Amino acid sequence: MLTIKNLNVKLEDEDKQILKGVDLTVEAGKVHAIMGPNGSGKSTLSYVLSGKGGYEVTDGSATLEGADLLGMEAEERAAAGLFLAFQYPIEIPGVGNMTFLRTALNAQRKARGEDEMSATEFLKFVREKAKTLKIDAEMLKRPVNVGFSGGEKKRNEILQMAVLQPRMCVLDETDSGLDVDAMKLVADGVNALRDEGRGFLVITHYQRLLDHIKPDVVHIMADGRIVKTGGPELALEVEHNGYADILAEVQ
Amino acid sequence: MAMRPNLMQQKQDATEARLAVLGDPPATGWSGSSRQAAQERLVQQGLPDARDEYWRFIRPTGLTEAQAAPAPVFTHSDTSAFDEIDRLRLVFVDGIFDADASDDAAMEGVQIDRLAEVAETDIHWAQGLYGTLEEAGQTPVPRPLAALNTAYASDGVLIHVTGKPSRPISLIYRRDREDSDVILHHVVKVDAGAEVTLMENGPAAARLNTVLEVDIADGARFHHVRAQGRDHQRQAATHLFARLGEKSTFKSFTLTANGKLTRNECVIELTGDDATAHVAGACVGDGDFVHDDTVFITHDALNCESRQVFKKVLRNGATGVFQGKILVKEGAQKTDGYQISQSLLLDGDSQFLAKPELEIYADDVACSHGSTSGAIDEDALFYLRSRGVPEESATNLLTLAFLAEAVSEIEDETLAADVLKRVESWLERHRS
Repeated sequence: MLTIKNLNVKLEDEDKQILKGVDLTVEAGKVHAIMGPNGSGKSTLSYVLSGKGGYEVTDGSATLEGADLLGMEAEERAAAGLFLAFQYPIEIPGVGNMTFLRTALNAQRKARGEDEMSATEFLKFVREKAKTLKIDAEMLKRPVNVGFSGGEKKRNEILQMAVLQPRMCVLDETDSGLDVDAMKLVADGVNALRDEGRGFLVITHYQRLLDHIKPDVVHIMADGRIVKTGGPELALEVEHNGYADILAEVQ
Repeated sequence: MAMRPNLMQQKQDATEARLAVLGDPPATGWSGSSRQAAQERLVQQGLPDARDEYWRFIRPTGLTEAQAAPAPVFTHSDTSAFDEIDRLRLVFVDGIFDADASDDAAMEGVQIDRLAEVAETDIHWAQGLYGTLEEAGQTPVPRPLAALNTAYASDGVLIHVTGKPSRPISLIYRRDREDSDVILHHVVKVDAGAEVTLMENGPAAARLNTVLEVDIADGARFHHVRAQGRDHQRQAATHLFARLGEKSTFKSFTLTANGKLTRNECVIELTGDDATAHVAGACVGDGDFVHDDTVFITHDALNCESRQVFKKVLRNGATGVFQGKILVKEGAQKTDGYQISQSLLLDGDSQFLAKPELEIYADDVACSHGSTSGAIDEDALFYLRSRGVPEESATNLLTLAFLAEAVSEIEDETLAADVLKRVESWLERHRS
């Protein structure tokens, strides 16, 4: 599904190398988790995959089902099936949440040569998805993320994911700023989307999110590289001993 | 110092050159004395030039020169503003009333006369108003183009609202000629408890000068929605003078798309307690576009609310200007004044010039003002693109969102939706 090879990335405006040869493959139907200390390059990896500006790829490649992601515009990556759940979802005053969702879905369908969804059809479709995430009609009417609580913003990210139905989901610290109940709600939303044809890359600091979204593979990232890969037990090891032991061990 | 008499002379020469084309104002009929007095005001003030403080941001030459510069008639296949709204239509083509294209002006709750038609009568209800609010609005800032209008208006509508007419009144300004130079003067008198909506739309003329005087009695409501024509080279100076009685409401919104030079002045006086005045504008300009909103709101009564919301989208070297003032007179306690002017600069060549002013002589008031200029929010743009929305659509969506605050000042949702549709079609046409 997602194949990253020797990805090297620096900041565009500064001579600062962030990613130093990331190798990673996420298979369809699998959930991969990336854990790592602050500044290890986790969020940068998610931004570079989704096409945010400000970064320069100096070497390596990233493909989604064989298509070269790095050569595409952000919107083309989305239409190709990539989705990034933001760590800090953006507020857009003046744009209603429904308008936002419908514009996004129809833009993707159009890019893929599919028919646009009618307003009535769409309304029914969104309401159904929103219900399971406990997002009420009021939240759908409000401007995108404006005045939303931390939990509401994250639920709104998962709603977008449910509506857009991407092939490859990247979740950037989706657990940050969530209390236990909100985290459970978000995790349920993600788990409902797990299926054979879809891959997940879950980026997190803490093991607790992985209690709810059970990963198949756990990677430890440090200083711009994947330094260790293992099963779910690796996340538990981090939880008990911190990153220091693992980092010492790989060095 | 030696320069000064010379500069005064230039102003005088320019005024005389313009007057030479206009001739003498009509002296007969009920409006004759008002027109004569207005001409004297104009001569005394002289036409504005770039050295006037009130015109420091734009060059008024196009609006003041003796002959109007020609402007090609812009033809397009889009529907006109408000086409889908049920309304009483009064059509002017290059300033000349088109009876065939207009509806019958008879409607319950309102009496509508045309200025040109009733000009020769000796008595008319508009006599006490025509030029009166304009004259009052000349202090403390002179508005010579409005005085010129009162003196020389060739036509206009006189609307006396006695009840609540079932349909809005819509002034439609079409144009066929490249060189039309049009002066229209409208008077609206809204009786106590009465209510009316007035719409204006269309390019009108190569050069248009309009004055709209609105007298709103106690408890009356006046709504005004305007869409100025999209002809690229047209020029316009408009003045809106309103006087508000107790518990009355005034709401005005203007959309401007294109136009080489537009100066919209709005002068409002809140004279009765508990009155509300909202004035808003949205403009979109691409390239050779200068748009100036100049607003002066005077609070002279207790517990009144005023609100100014102006948004400008500018690209390819377009210029936007906002000069807005709130004057709170002594004793106008509990005044609630709000003023915001913002521009969205879609490139580095465009500019926005703002002069927000507050002058307050009462001690128990709440007045706020803000003015900002900015580019498209890059984070919001990326967020939209990351969801699959192409860059141009995302930019348009954010541009519409930016203008939404001003457009939402229109109370009627159908009208607001119509205005947003105008903006959307403009954005479609002006791709980067």
